[in-house]
Amino acid sequence: MADAPPIGLSRELIALRAARELEPGSVVNLGIGLPTLVAGFVDSADGIMFQAENGILGYAGVSESDFDSDLINAGGQPVDLVPGASFFDTAESFAMIRGGHIDAAVLGGLQVSARGDLANWYVPARGGGSVGGAMDLAVGARKLIVAMAHVTRDGEPRIVESCEYPLTAGRCVDVIITDLAVIDVRVDGLVLRETAPGISAEQVARWTGAPLQIPDVVPEMAL
Amino acid sequence: MPAQRFDSPDDAVADIRDGATVLVGGFVSAGTPSNLIMALKRSGRTGLTAVANNIGLGDLLDELCEHRQLDRVIGTFAIRASGARTSRFEAQYRAGEAALELVPQGTLIERLRAGGAGLGGVLTKTGLGTMMAEGKQVLELDGEQWLLERPLRGDAALLKAWRADTLGNLQYRLAGKNFNPVMATAADLVIAEVEEIVEAGEIPPELVGTPAVYVDRIVQCEPIPVRWEG
Repeated sequence: MADAPPIGLSRELIALRAARELEPGSVVNLGIGLPTLVAGFVDSADGIMFQAENGILGYAGVSESDFDSDLINAGGQPVDLVPGASFFDTAESFAMIRGGHIDAAVLGGLQVSARGDLANWYVPARGGGSVGGAMDLAVGARKLIVAMAHVTRDGEPRIVESCEYPLTAGRCVDVIITDLAVIDVRVDGLVLRETAPGISAEQVARWTGAPLQIPDVVPEMAL
Repeated sequence: MPAQRFDSPDDAVADIRDGATVLVGGFVSAGTPSNLIMALKRSGRTGLTAVANNIGLGDLLDELCEHRQLDRVIGTFAIRASGARTSRFEAQYRAGEAALELVPQGTLIERLRAGGAGLGGVLTKTGLGTMMAEGKQVLELDGEQWLLERPLRGDAALLKAWRADTLGNLQYRLAGKNFNPVMATAADLVIAEVEEIVEAGEIPPELVGTPAVYVDRIVQCEPIPVRWEG
């Protein structure tokens, strides 16, 4: 079965594991796609404030109530607010982002390199691209968590020695959370921190396209 | 001078010319000047450059592509990673009929801010070492590298606010500000669509989001419902 990647976590469980990575009381921006699910997995008692590029500090998860076209997150989804939320324009939003006022960002990824370069805005086969706030977040967020599938639909590793896709930013990723593992990006390379339930460290290494340091003890993710 | 009040969005955009650069406020469904966009469509103007955050499937701006009115888009969301469903703009981009200048969102707003604030450019780290830096100047100051981004202005700006007063002061609601207040500063002709026009003094001064000095025209319209298709 060496040719088929193992079945790991669902998108929801990747988001849950990413939510556990967030510090209580921190200010966090969530990228479009899988990362938007993270808001649904934080404990409101932790007081995490989610920031949306379009000008909200302090939204909760996706709203179940009536849609208000003026109350959406950066993915266009209706959201609810938490007490103490604020609205602002795009210039102020990106002052927060580039100015180092965002504690953590969770972004999706197409490829991450061994030194923490991120590619997530441009698929060469499609061209054109959609960058949104990703480059600003990659440069400005204090901690960058990438949440993505470990391999592509064709079974190619997304964690690679060097990104082939155009970069979002160089040396910006701190943690990679996938359906198979949690991997830290350190100055000396990639280090396996946790494996998904039922996944071995060897399987993670097999589907990782860059050298992966495996400590003697690698705990299984607590979900 | 007080803003001029127009009765119809079509009249408000009637003198935007072929080939104009038009700033369009809004972020997906929030703060989007839906009636002004559709009026611009009905005007039949062509050769336009649209500067806007997003042009994708379900975005009203994509309506301008039905009759190929856009030559060029400067924006942040345009071509999705998945090609399952595509916008009209994407089809025209692929056919070489419309050009795209993709700009990081924080850089787009700062270029507009510089354009409206009399500044010659912006120095940012966003885009350094990426395709976005191609052809641009990199400055080294005190040992740090910065990418020089130039100002951006429009011939006209189409904005959406919650309400205006008779002078043209604008008040926004919820997350409806986004690009609107900065775009208000960065175009020769600024047209705002609002849901209600009230007497001067009725918007508390501290709640004015765009001071009247920037606003040339106001028009009261019922917003066209917009919802992103995801």
